[in-house]
Amino acid sequence: MAFEPTKQKYTGAVRQVTLGVGDKAVTVGGRSCFPFYTFEGEMPNPPRVAMEVWDKNPGDEWPETAKEPFKDVLDDPVAWAKKCVEKYGAEIIALQTRSADPNADNKPAAEVAAVVKKVVDAVDVPVIVWGVANHEKDIEVMRLVAEQCSGKNLALAPVEEGDHKQIGAACMGYNHVVVASTPIDVNLAKQLNVLLGNLGVKDDKILIDPTTGALGYGLEYTYSVMERITQAALAQGDDKLANPIVNNLSIEVWKTKEANQTTEEAPELGDAKTRAVLMEAVTAVSYLLAGSDIVILRHPDTVKLVKDYIEKMMA
Amino acid sequence: MGMTGIEIFKLLPKTNCGECGAPTCLAFAMNLASGKAELDQCPYVSEETKKILAEQSAPPIRTVNIGTGDYAIEVGGELVQFRHEKTFNNPTGIGCLITSDEDDASIQGKIERFKALQFERVGVMMRPELFALLDKSNDPANFKAFVEKIMGMTDASLILMSPNPQVMEAALEVAKDRKPLIYAVTMKNGPKMAPLAKKYGCPVVARGDGQLDTVIKITQNLLKMEIKDVVIDTGARDLKTQFTHNVMIRRAALVDRFRPLGFPTIVFANEMASSLEEETLVAATFIAKYGGIVILSDLQPHSVYPLLLQRLNIFTDPQRPMTTEPGIYPINNPDENSPVLVTCNFSLTYFIVSGEIEACRQPAWLLVKDTEGLSVMTAWAAGKFSGEDVGMFVKKCGIGDKIKHKSIVIPGYAAAISGELEEELGGWNVVVGPREASQIPKFLKVFKPE
Ligand code: B12
Ligand code: SF4
Repeated sequence: MAFEPTKQKYTGAVRQVTLGVGDKAVTVGGRSCFPFYTFEGEMPNPPRVAMEVWDKNPGDEWPETAKEPFKDVLDDPVAWAKKCVEKYGAEIIALQTRSADPNADNKPAAEVAAVVKKVVDAVDVPVIVWGVANHEKDIEVMRLVAEQCSGKNLALAPVEEGDHKQIGAACMGYNHVVVASTPIDVNLAKQLNVLLGNLGVKDDKILIDPTTGALGYGLEYTYSVMERITQAALAQGDDKLANPIVNNLSIEVWKTKEANQTTEEAPELGDAKTRAVLMEAVTAVSYLLAGSDIVILRHPDTVKLVKDYIEKMMA
Repeated sequence: MGMTGIEIFKLLPKTNCGECGAPTCLAFAMNLASGKAELDQCPYVSEETKKILAEQSAPPIRTVNIGTGDYAIEVGGELVQFRHEKTFNNPTGIGCLITSDEDDASIQGKIERFKALQFERVGVMMRPELFALLDKSNDPANFKAFVEKIMGMTDASLILMSPNPQVMEAALEVAKDRKPLIYAVTMKNGPKMAPLAKKYGCPVVARGDGQLDTVIKITQNLLKMEIKDVVIDTGARDLKTQFTHNVMIRRAALVDRFRPLGFPTIVFANEMASSLEEETLVAATFIAKYGGIVILSDLQPHSVYPLLLQRLNIFTDPQRPMTTEPGIYPINNPDENSPVLVTCNFSLTYFIVSGEIEACRQPAWLLVKDTEGLSVMTAWAAGKFSGEDVGMFVKKCGIGDKIKHKSIVIPGYAAAISGELEEELGGWNVVVGPREASQIPKFLKVFKPE
């Protein structure tokens, strides 16, 4: 007789959340087993790949290897986003509103929101708008974005305890998705989801951002907290944690020293571009295995590798 | 121990003679089950009982030793499915394939890259450990010469690969003292191949045909022969099947205590991908998901380095961060005019920051404040890197006696504490340094303490 190991008992499933509208809308979640454990549960929607676009030229903040594929569009977020979708197969755009950062350019909220709207109108895939984690500024920007992009079913991030009321209300008012962000802690993640629920945000309008560490710089903390969230949701029936997870990982990985060193600066680490791409891809794979539903990536080569990977794991 | 007191009781003499120190056999069984007694306290247990109990108390996944010397590794020995429950013990061994018909330049390149791939991080040496030597000649003398040649070039741990027991034996004669992993016992060659593991005292791979059931049959045969140092290759050669197998094997061993699957696994990433990049992702999958050993087709630093980082991350203690002893660290022979920088005692942070200062050859004092192993921002958010805390530490640590200036550099991410720190230190000049440690060399080049 064929050997059958014990099956894990699942009492719940991750709820489905839809981003965007129309043909290219994306639904994530719905999983009733640990990530890719399809021999004992369902995984109706594959994890998705979002590509990162900045609302300003990243200049020195990105190494040449990351800028190269986008060198013709770095000053034009609309063209940049379109290139990601049309040329590199982005399934979602993650627009980082870096120009709003009060510690840097501090561009007025109205101008930031206007650019966001242009990008959103220019692409047919869903858009995640990722702020600068400064409550006052994010509230200002996201309120405008929510209103001006009404009906587009965006995801707005990061929504933290300190600004969940304002951004949460804006999302509810204009029917967008909330990305609930907490610093690597199961209890805080749950608590924020409860607070959002109390506010009236519907359960299927919430994504979890567990806070993402880069490979070699805290990955293990995020990895384990994601496994714990997944376990709580699926095996312990904790309904308040049963939401899809998004990892804003490219911005963390490409900040590390190793992703920025050139081949000449660090010959012992091999080819600079392949090294950074594989650091990004290994980070993504680790998080997909821990339960990520959306990984935000930067380099087109990483996107291709990770999309192929997901396809093979969904087989 | 995996058995309950009642189960153990059934195996005892049931005479209640009391010589074990417990009043009854049942009481003794209960003590055994809870680890409060040792089996040899009862003089009357049968050999059969001893054997059953020894098996039951064996760890659910066998720890297998491969190689000798610097590159020796232990694989298996894992106790949990998820790393937050308990540390994953034995990091996945990383190895590279060399075939016996490979040209010298290619072999030379792999060996050189293997030797160069050594990275110290948080005080841990990160490097690949193995070469898998695959015979293509089916000729004992030929394979033996090939293995000898590689042994002359590297101390790496070895995996010897041939389905032919005669070829294998020839290689084992020269390599046995290195404790190589024999690859592999199959359904076909078992009767001839398996005895070699015993004869030469080496661990062995049980290689299936892609079905778990086949590999189970093979390991059951090996167990019957009392061959216990076994590594499993289910024979799966696509990513998803191998993933499923690895999960099932881990669970069967831990949850079902199913001995025939209580062994570490080996994964041939080189056979599951069409580029080195894809291979890297296959390897990453099995570093996270229960691979004992992963084999790559080549060792390129841009592929191996990310894997080494991932392995380091996955196999760390999930409960306690690695910490550095708080105190004053002189770097590059600082004197009374050298700058003073302060950081936290999270090992990762300490090694990154001290590494940057060392590399730029600027003398400096690095103060490491106790933050219970939390990084700068985490510590600040948790109230363990406040201006007051840092100020008290700076005053108490004794740096004042070593320098003539009164300047202290704080991490850029801790800029928020500068006012409070200035107040606490009274008369000191608090300088906000760069955010990223990689910017410290540039900063130190121009910075003059006053
Ligand atoms: C991993 C992590 C954790 C881990 C802890 C890891 C550890 N050992 O510290 C865990 C999960 C436990 C954790 C917990 C918390 N965390 Co946390 N965590 C992180 C995370 C993802 C990475 C931190 C890290 O390891 N960085 C790597 C190290 C090497 O960085 P570093 O120490 O800062 O060092 C760098 C620089 O500062 C510089 N540097 C260092 N020293 C010096 C010195 C000088 C002189 C100079 C010039 C430079 C310099 O060099 C280094 C390399 O560039 C960050 C988010 C992120 N992506 O960064 C959040 C983060 C730091 N955490 C945060 C928070 C709020 C918390 C909690 C308070 C949450 C809570 N309420 O429970 C707790 C507090 C812990 C506690 N016990 O109470 C916030 C802090 C926000 C803020 N600025 O106020 C962050 C930024 C996340 C966020 N965006 O909300 N966290
Ligand atoms: S010594 Fe052995 S036989 Fe005697 S009571 Fe103890 S367990 Fe029973």
